[in-house]
Amino acid sequence: MFPLQLEATIGHWPTNLLYVACGFLFGLVLEQAGFGNSRNLAAQFYLYDMRVLKVMFTAIVTAMLLVFFSQAVGLLDYGQLFINPTHLWPGIVGGLIFGVGFVIGGYCPGTSIVSAATLKIDGMFFLLGLMLGSVLFAETVGWYQGFFDSAGFYGELTLPQLLGTGPGPVVLAVAAMALVMFYAAEKIEAYFRRRKEEGK
Amino acid sequence: MKTRNYMNPYLAGVLLGLVLWGSFMVFGHGLGASGGVALVAGEAVAAVAPDHSRQNAHLVNLVHTSQTPLDNWIVFEILGMLLGGFVSGWLSGRVKLETFGGPRISARRRWMMALLGGAIAGYGVRLARGCTSSQALSGGAVLSAGSWAFMFAVFGGAYLLAYFVRRLWT
Repeated sequence: MFPLQLEATIGHWPTNLLYVACGFLFGLVLEQAGFGNSRNLAAQFYLYDMRVLKVMFTAIVTAMLLVFFSQAVGLLDYGQLFINPTHLWPGIVGGLIFGVGFVIGGYCPGTSIVSAATLKIDGMFFLLGLMLGSVLFAETVGWYQGFFDSAGFYGELTLPQLLGTGPGPVVLAVAAMALVMFYAAEKIEAYFRRRKEEGK
Repeated sequence: MKTRNYMNPYLAGVLLGLVLWGSFMVFGHGLGASGGVALVAGEAVAAVAPDHSRQNAHLVNLVHTSQTPLDNWIVFEILGMLLGGFVSGWLSGRVKLETFGGPRISARRRWMMALLGGAIAGYGVRLARGCTSSQALSGGAVLSAGSWAFMFAVFGGAYLLAYFVRRLWT
């Protein structure tokens, strides 16, 4: 029965070693996907290479289908999984700020780590910036602690709960939405790549 | 060694999805990156100015509630990511000291922009309690409502600004 209770069964340091292994695979896939290169990531926002959207949504849909399938066949207890609590307004404002930093800096945290690991200097600067930004946050969040703690706080809230359905319809809708997005991404990308090559 | 091409994005996405699912099955939670970066940064502040960090409620929770704040799963995950990214780049002939940026930008300016963008992103990530990995991918896959709102906000913020900073990339 999953998820495993690792700390209780194999102990603390073997568990940490498994986290290194998990990170290894994560870093490997990100680098192979081309995400150690800020140009590939920024291209998403200029529409001539939508690799970010394709990798991200394929990954989300793959993991989502497997998680809910594992739950449906009794292999996994979804109730024991960590579901990110919904802090709606800090999440939206933070997401907007993060998006701005993403397009200026050319990376997100995970991708800057693999970029720095392959000796890209811009990735190292981004990583350094991340540390500065998180310290800056620690120094200033006290000014608006109430907003951070409780603005739009709904606890553990899932899309099926929000929509009042079971997980099935939402899983299917997300998968269908991803397919439509992939089709649109291929078309948009072909158009903007042609324009870029024509030097417009 | 000759540089190999990047992987097909849909194939990379399926593999990333398998790693993400594996993380849920084995650990009970998804992937993460930014939390570890913040931990290391918090530890750096605590090392340089421990009296200051002890007076900051946020940093106290981050690094002063445990004797060994860096003994945290996310720090080990990041160690693995550094190794995995390096091995992947090495096998594909991409480990090389260089700077990536748009065709019209100098390396030095690109570094400053990466630092600035990183600082802005680092701030936003802490406010949103997670990044592309821990919120968008992980929360997205288990259908957290807040994670989906975050994801659309990230794309929204980036697309809104993209036109104004196009000289950085095009």
